[in-house]
Order: sequence, then structure tokens, then C-alpha cells
Amino acid sequence: MVTKVISADHAVAWAARLARAEVIPAFPITPQTLIMELLSEFINDGELDAELIAAESEHSVMSIAVGASAGGVRTFTASSSQGLALMHEMLYVAPQVRLPVVMANVNRSLGAASGIWLEHNDSMPERESGWLQCYVEDNQEALDMVLQAFRIAEDQRVMLPVMVCLDGFVLSHTVERVEIPGQEEADSFLPRFRPLNRLDTEDPRVINPIVPPEYAMEMRYQLDRAMDASRAVVGEVDELFGRAFGRRYGGLLEPYLMEDAEYALLSLGTATTTARAVVDELRSQGSRAGLIKLRFMRPFPENELREAARGLRALGVFDRSIAMNGLGPVFTEVRGALGSTGIALSDHIGGLGGRDLTLQEMRDVYASIGSSAAGQATVRWHGLRGEQG
Amino acid sequence: MSEARDVSKLTLRDVPNKDYFLWGHGACPGCGVAIAVKNIMRILGPETIVYVPASCLVVFGAQYPYSSFDVPYLYSAFENTGAVATGIRAAMRRRGRDPIVVGMAGDGGTFDIGLQALSGAADRGEDILYVCLDNEAYMNTGIQMSGATPFGAWTTTSPAGRKVKGKRRFKKDVDHIVAAHDPAYLATLSIAHFNDFVRKVERAKSMTGFRFLHVLTPCVPGWRSESARTMEIAKLAVETGMWTLFESHDNESRVTYKPSAMLPVTDYLKLQGRFAHMTVEDVNSLQRWLCTKWWLHYKDQVEALPCRVYETERPVAHDGDPLHGV
Repeated sequence: MVTKVISADHAVAWAARLARAEVIPAFPITPQTLIMELLSEFINDGELDAELIAAESEHSVMSIAVGASAGGVRTFTASSSQGLALMHEMLYVAPQVRLPVVMANVNRSLGAASGIWLEHNDSMPERESGWLQCYVEDNQEALDMVLQAFRIAEDQRVMLPVMVCLDGFVLSHTVERVEIPGQEEADSFLPRFRPLNRLDTEDPRVINPIVPPEYAMEMRYQLDRAMDASRAVVGEVDELFGRAFGRRYGGLLEPYLMEDAEYALLSLGTATTTARAVVDELRSQGSRAGLIKLRFMRPFPENELREAARGLRALGVFDRSIAMNGLGPVFTEVRGALGSTGIALSDHIGGLGGRDLTLQEMRDVYASIGSSAAGQATVRWHGLRGEQG
Repeated sequence: MSEARDVSKLTLRDVPNKDYFLWGHGACPGCGVAIAVKNIMRILGPETIVYVPASCLVVFGAQYPYSSFDVPYLYSAFENTGAVATGIRAAMRRRGRDPIVVGMAGDGGTFDIGLQALSGAADRGEDILYVCLDNEAYMNTGIQMSGATPFGAWTTTSPAGRKVKGKRRFKKDVDHIVAAHDPAYLATLSIAHFNDFVRKVERAKSMTGFRFLHVLTPCVPGWRSESARTMEIAKLAVETGMWTLFESHDNESRVTYKPSAMLPVTDYLKLQGRFAHMTVEDVNSLQRWLCTKWWLHYKDQVEALPCRVYETERPVAHDGDPLHGV
């Protein structure tokens, strides 16, 4: 184990190296590019025995990943925003073909009124694609979760691709102290990839032919069951990782000071760090505030959330994305899980398009949750400038 | 096939009898694609991994739980043949395996939607065999015009209307696009010129690097032709200049078959309902374009053409406008 002060992008690249990813198709897009740059250096310096394939588009990146993973080797890639959107079609292939590709998505806003800055509206629309989706809070977690992602994805009960999402710039280009496991430690945590089905002339298989209606529905069901089975695997892998490296993250979600909390926020990504600071502040003032860090958007931890939210009077959701129906996508999921519990639910939208999320705004979020009443769900945008219609 | 064999002397008799694209598939009677794939697979043999993108072949070649491919096979989408084949090849390299990785795409999946991935793979010099099965339209979706559709042809998106009759642009010259990537091997094939076909598939099989085989595959419903005349039409395509047979490797392009004389294009057109509506002016435009192409292609071997070629120095065959380049 060594300790380095590195960006989350570089932490991700280190994790892919430690995982001994064999095929790495890549296409540049800010703020993901640092990952591929460092992996290229690892390969050209002879420190990583892998093939980095410089594809001509992200669609081809995911197509190459599908071909390589179906070919039976461990495959890693990374993308962001428009690049992820260009992959959209192929994102749906990997899960149904049960290919455990691991991808880092560096969250960045998508579409017009766009820049290169943080928003979750690139990965959120892909939550129905069949990929597991994990959101990380700091650089260490970025490294740890890419390593864990391979173990989860390649578990024979799962065999699904995993997308590790990290906040653009706030993490991707910000350096922090990161513990980098040794190769032997990583090897003992992450066994060799054993594919279920692969392209092999010694054992010819037809993979993903056209499937008529008589069979396609059962395959969708199996895919959904595999996603469900991944719930237990995420927890098991977290525990194994904790034993190996001394860091545990709580699996699908992580409650913070929730035992006696009266009101709390559910957040994901780096907003969680800001929320934790505000919870500490509120606690020191005698207020029973809590925090739920949502770590996986898929599978969505309904049961764990109901457990964590037990006894709450009010729960707010922080959405760094808007689903254009008045609500954020995370809130929609949370309401689905908790709608019948009588907990006052509110949605808090902020930090869109790279807008900074300040401590003061997070204090406002908590104040708003604290004063919310059960009944109609409320939606508040935080940090909007000027008069809004 | 042993390396020692002289590929240039092979004939249809040298093709192994064992099929790896089996009977029972769902192609139309007289389907040029099925004929091409059956024979390509016989030559490539069992040490082959096949990728097929969206196309007729993906529908009639394998549908769960059946498959006519008796080798490993993968499908995923329409526009990514060059890319998926790249990924499969990379995996095989990592595993220390060396099968032939072949992608078999249609003309739409090659000329149009798949051109980017094709260019990427060719540019990277991927060690893959790319086969374009060219039936000159999006046949699988119901005969829509593609970049490969010839001038004048009816398709459902180039209908023979009262005002506009058939496609107004000439066939895209995808071979020159691929050639510009300096592939290891590039060849055009006809299912009716067997020995030439066999030699080119064998040559592609024996080589490494990016190899591109472009096969003209007549389509009975799409070309509105009789199923028993597929071979005759494929032959006439070459005899009229609508298709040319050549190969290119080591920076050298070589005509592999030259018809003894150029037949008038009407010999080809009259067997296909897709051209039935063509006006005399359009037939003449097509004939003039073909004469120029013929002249450029066969150069000093050119005899009397069915129409005059006005210029002797022309760098590019056409720019897509039916009134230019003739």
C-alpha cells in the first residue's frame, strides 16, 4: 500500500490498473480524460499489461467493450456526459448479454445550456439500462468502488455491468490523499475473471441472436432478477473489502447519525460531504438532524431506505438533476419507497450545470426539511439567482 | 487451407464441403446474401468468430433458440461492426487465441450508418475481416434507399413518382473510401464469378491486418427480380460495368476479371423491376456514367464502349450529381 495525493480520475485509473483490466477502449471527453491519459501512461511505461484501444467515438468504445467482454476478458472504460449519451444504445446491450463491463462515469451536464461542469443528468437517464449505478463521495471511494465494481459485476449471481459515477471537477480534478492498495492485496481481493459465456471456437455459442417474443420477456425477467440479486452481493463485497482494506461504506446506502434523527437529507455524490458538515453543525446546536448517503441508484435500496428512515418526521432529497416533470429523479425513487410512510417528503434541487453548492445553501436545505409538513411533497430549488417567474 | 497452396489457382472445387452456415435459415429463395455467406463460411471454416450487425442476415441467420451459424456468433447493433470486431479481436489476443474475426454487414451498415466504425477499425489496422454484403438498399427494413443504391433504382424511399423517378444520385464509392485507409487487403466479389470469389476469400483468410471484402448480393424482393435469375443478374452486373472485380493490396490495385466487351446496361436493368420505370434520359445518364467508370477502371484495355467517353483525363469518377462526371 502506498499513499498518494491524487485526483479522483487518477484514483480510478489506479483502480483499473490494480484490477488488471485487459481491454480498455477509450475516447476523450472532459472531465474523464485524465483517467485514460494515466492508463495510457501505465501501459506505455510497461506497468500495466493491457490494450488501450483509441476508438473513434464513444459508441464504438462501448461496442468494443461489448466485443471484448463477450470475448471473455476483463474490460474497463470511462466516459462522461455527451459521451455517455452517445453510448446509450450500446449501454442496453451489455446488461442483457450479461457482460460485466466496469465503467467510470465522471458526471457532467448533458445537452444544451451546457458546459463541462457537474450535474447528474448524464447518468441518471441511464438508470433503466440495466447497469448497476454507484455514486461516490471522495477520491478514495472512487478507487475503492472501481475495485469493488469488478467483484460485484463478475459475481456469477450478478454478471451485470457497473457504472461508478463520480462528480466532475469536484472530484475528478481535485487532489486528495488516497491509499493505493498493493497489487498483491488487490489480487487477493479480486479473483480472476471467469465469464459465464464467451466467444470461443472450441465451444461455439451464439450470443445475443434476435430473440422472438416467445423468449424475450423471460430474458428481461432474468435481467431484473440479476439486478435484484446484486443487492446482497453489494453488501457482501463491501464487507469483504472492509476486511481486506479496513474501509467499509455500508453497501447500498450509508446512514449518518440516523438512530435518533427527527429529520434528514438523502443525498449522493459530493453533496453528501457538505450535508455531513451541516448535520454536525446542527447536532452541536442540539438539533436531531441526520443524513442518508445514497450509494447505489441501481439497484435502488428500497428496503434499506425504509429501515434507515424509520422514525423520521421529515426527509428531504437532494437532486443534482431535474427530470423535467417538476421533480428530480432521486426524489421520484424515494417517494416510491416511502410514499406510504407518512414521512414529510421534500425535493431539493441544486448544483445544476456546475453551480457551486455552498454550506449556506445546505443549511437552507436542512431548515426547509425541518419545517416541512407531511402531505403534499414540496420542491425547492436552491441557489437560483434573481427573480424566477 | 495450407499456406503453400497457390491461392491464384484455386477454383470452386477447392472449397471444403463442410458448412458452417447451415441449412434451415430463413432467407428468401435466390438470396444473394445467403449464397455469399454460405460459401464464405465454408472457406473460413470452424476457427472463425462471426459478428453480424442489424441486417437481413441477423434476422435469417440466427433467431433464438436456433442458429445457422455453427461457429461463435455475436450481434448487438447496426453501426458498430468495425468496433465490435475490434473488441473481439482484442479479447482473442489477450487470450492467446487466433481465430478469424469476421464482421458481416450489409450495405447500409457499411456505406452509411456503419461508416464511422468501419473507418475507425480500418484506420487502426485492426486484424479483422470485414465483409460487406451489398444488396444496394436497406432490405431488412423493407427496401429503403442507401448510399449503395444505384442511380435510377426504385426503393420505398426513392419511389418511381410522377415527378421524381427513383434514386437521383449514383452509388457511393465505398471501396475508394476504404482504400484510402490503406487496408491490408481489399477486394470486390461477385457470387457469379466463383473462382474469383474463392481466391479472394482465401487470400483474405490467409492475411493479417484489416481486410475488406465487398460482395454484390442480388436481392429478389428488393430488386424485383426472379429468384432463379440471381446468378444471371450477378453475372450481368459485371458484364455491364455495374460491378467491377478487382483486388488491392501492397499499394497495388489489380483487375481480377475483365469482361471481353462491355454489354449495354439495359441488359442488366431489364431483368429487375426496380429499374422498370427508368426514362430513356435516365438510362442514358447511367450508361454514360458507367462508360466513364469502365474507362477509368479498365484503362488501356478499353474497347469500343456502348457510349462515348468525352474526356481522357478525369481524376475522380463522379461527384454524385448525375449530370456531372459524364
